[in-house]
Amino acid sequence: MELIGKIIRFELSNAFRSKWIIAYSLFFFLLSYLLLSFETDSAKAAISMMNIVLIVIPLVSIIFGTIFVYNSRDYIEMILCQPIDRTSLFLGLYLGNSIPLAFGFFTGTMSGFLLNGFSFSSTEGFIILLLVGISLTFIFTAIAFYVAIKFSDKAKGLGFSIILWLLLAVVYDGMILLFVYFFQEYPIDNTVLIISLLNPIDLGRILFILNFDVSALMGYTGAMFNKFFGGSLGMILSVFTLVLWFFIPALLGLRGFKKKDF
Amino acid sequence: MIRIKQLEKKFGKFEVLKGISFDVEPGKITAIVGPNGSGKTTIIKTILGLVKPDDGDILINDKSVLGDFLYRKDIGYMPQTASFPENITVREVIKMICDLRNSRMNLDEHLINKLNLSSELGKQIKNLSGGNKQKVSALISLMFDPSIIILDEPTAGLDPVASSHFKEIILNEKKKGKSIILTSHIMSEIEEMADHIIFLLEGKICFDGSILSLLTYKGESKLEKAIANMMSEVTKWN
Repeated sequence: MELIGKIIRFELSNAFRSKWIIAYSLFFFLLSYLLLSFETDSAKAAISMMNIVLIVIPLVSIIFGTIFVYNSRDYIEMILCQPIDRTSLFLGLYLGNSIPLAFGFFTGTMSGFLLNGFSFSSTEGFIILLLVGISLTFIFTAIAFYVAIKFSDKAKGLGFSIILWLLLAVVYDGMILLFVYFFQEYPIDNTVLIISLLNPIDLGRILFILNFDVSALMGYTGAMFNKFFGGSLGMILSVFTLVLWFFIPALLGLRGFKKKDF
Repeated sequence: MIRIKQLEKKFGKFEVLKGISFDVEPGKITAIVGPNGSGKTTIIKTILGLVKPDDGDILINDKSVLGDFLYRKDIGYMPQTASFPENITVREVIKMICDLRNSRMNLDEHLINKLNLSSELGKQIKNLSGGNKQKVSALISLMFDPSIIILDEPTAGLDPVASSHFKEIILNEKKKGKSIILTSHIMSEIEEMADHIIFLLEGKICFDGSILSLLTYKGESKLEKAIANMMSEVTKWN
């Protein structure tokens, strides 16, 4: 535990020393500040923000995570020559990489929100937005770590990460729509629900919609979920699946890291 | 005392180590020699736990170290090419490793002067020359007074003065009774420093004994010739 803390500390001091975290935070600040300034209906601003968060956070987290692991190979080797177990090192690096990202998103979005003087009608939506953004940061960093550990070749790993993001963020919803279009005459509601559960980005969207009651403004999957799981069951199910989405890649990554030859 | 027992390792289909066994005794310098790709670095990395063997065992003081990590506090390792985070200073790297080892930062002035590193401590790693990075690596490998020292082509990037000082330091460590493993392609260096030699070819040990016994065995007066002689013999055999 102590070792994990030490590695996180090194990583944090490294991350905060470089400028990217400030740029990342600034991006979210401008986004939330401008959207809230130009949009009188704060609920709509939150939805616009959510749509951007659902695309940008997975992309940045997966790319940053993958590049980080490849670029830190020498550094990892150096630390592994010290009396340190691989589990502590993996968790330290993982948290040291995801915490600054989550922090950048949180502070940027929060400050934009606070500067606009938050209204009570949108507070709940913003809390969910922040939680979804933070969850996606941790999930996609875990996926990135798994991919980068699995593929020794940097070009392959990075390519795989980008394709994975494209599939989950863009292609997936399109595929669901196509599926619904082709099988509209069959009772496919439950199948669509299960398919939606398999994608963390869709899940994030569902979590947001369930709390915002704006399903009509969102995609088909959102409307479906609202209809079926308007109550606590839907909430519990989506949170549980998000947790699984975090643990499965993180544990697979850890397993790969423990076996890996450096 | 390090005991390597029947070590086997494959990278994909490529068999790098094919049942390697040898001992490294304290108070002696054991040199691992062999052509490029013969498995020298893989053996070293397996001892350090960086590479996981497919089979075999590594015992340090009669205790298996596979899967363990605390034993590494007694090992100082100097890799072929030094690798540190680029944007921090030498002093910060040292501080970080001291912190990870739960040891107080206690810069060994004598060692720093001997390696001529005092003017480099405040510089960022990315601004250091290759040779100076090697020296930092040497400093780190020796500063915790480890009982086992592993050096993978240590003098490759060093200038003649630094190289000669470094060898002096290592011979001094040997006198203190430390177990030292060394790999090098410079035969004169091996001849000068090593007591024991392990000759590796395509993942197998071709010779394991003292330098003197190798010279007698091959009827040569120079190590370089004896090694070349042995290499051509084995290649012919294959």
